[in-house]
Amino acid sequence: MNHSTASAPAWQEAVFKVLKEGGVDQIVYVPDAGHSHVIRSAIADPDIEDVVLTTEEEGVAVVCGAWLGGKRSVLLMQSSGVGNCVNMFSLLQAADFPFFTLVTMRGEYAEFNPWQGPMGKATQAALELMGIHVLRASHPDEVEEIVSAGYDAAFEAGEKVAVLLGQSLIGRKKWERK
Amino acid sequence: MNPIASKSRADRRAFVAKLLSTVPDALVVTGLGSAAYDVFAAGDRDLNYYLWGAMGGAAALGLGLALAQPTRSVVVITGDGEQLMGIGSLATIAAKQPRNLSIVVLDNGHFGETGMQRSHSSLGTNLVAVAKGFGIADAFAVDSLEGCDEVSRRVLSRDGVSFAQVFIEANEPPRALPPRDGPFIKNRFRSALGLKPF
Repeated sequence: MNHSTASAPAWQEAVFKVLKEGGVDQIVYVPDAGHSHVIRSAIADPDIEDVVLTTEEEGVAVVCGAWLGGKRSVLLMQSSGVGNCVNMFSLLQAADFPFFTLVTMRGEYAEFNPWQGPMGKATQAALELMGIHVLRASHPDEVEEIVSAGYDAAFEAGEKVAVLLGQSLIGRKKWERK
Repeated sequence: MNPIASKSRADRRAFVAKLLSTVPDALVVTGLGSAAYDVFAAGDRDLNYYLWGAMGGAAALGLGLALAQPTRSVVVITGDGEQLMGIGSLATIAAKQPRNLSIVVLDNGHFGETGMQRSHSSLGTNLVAVAKGFGIADAFAVDSLEGCDEVSRRVLSRDGVSFAQVFIEANEPPRALPPRDGPFIKNRFRSALGLKPF
């Protein structure tokens, strides 16, 4: 596998730019390929705490703790992780915390793995059932604007926002290793 | 049987009251249920954050707070059942090693809130070994009121993440219910830290 940092897609660079310019203090994550540039950048940035989670619902609690302490924390996950979070999302409503998550999608575009389908297709509805406003970016040239709009709504207006990063951004997964 | 399960057990209310009296400036996060009642019974404080739900989230919430406020001592006080539900968060905490975070698990070996069914910690799980295995080297058990000093010392020193398993009696002291108004508790806490509304 090639882990080179030389060729991050421009849309992933745009995501980190929005978070950095928005003064993000913590980036907490369960990894996904689509988040790899942002995760690498967070680890390399001395002003950002990077927190790798064992499961996504931890991240919901971590970002609330950060806000309680006056900091901005953002949760990165894959669509399957949204299902892991459902009860923990209660914390956002019960105490009215701002919330911003970036969700890379699976199970919706050129998917090879049928196990990704059920949660991927339920991701948006699950977020909305739990009171989280959902935005979506499907084209590389709209990522920066939509992520920025969601980030501001969360930390300037106190909303709970998820931005879904469409599977078409990541493209077809190569299953055969050469 | 838990090989290190202790026969001696502390009174939960006395232990929590003593602990909090020795760390008056600490930021305190409670797990839901009896741990929240114990902390509230010791005296309500603006810098207490009581959870009434989000089971499994107390230690993770404490991590976010500890990273956000590195010059303050953060104490998570929760129960064995709550910690077990979020057990992976101990790995997440160990990966960050926040020097100002202390996790205190009040362990009666039972799910007290739901009818005293036995929990894993009285069915074979050794929480100190689990915490150490996840990478929290300073994990230890206490079983008496005197053991409170070991916990306080770590909270005050802020020189490394710690995990204390406190063996407590499986009794149910009178209910002492903290406020359930989540925005109020959150805003009161932030205000006490000098944080402004957004």
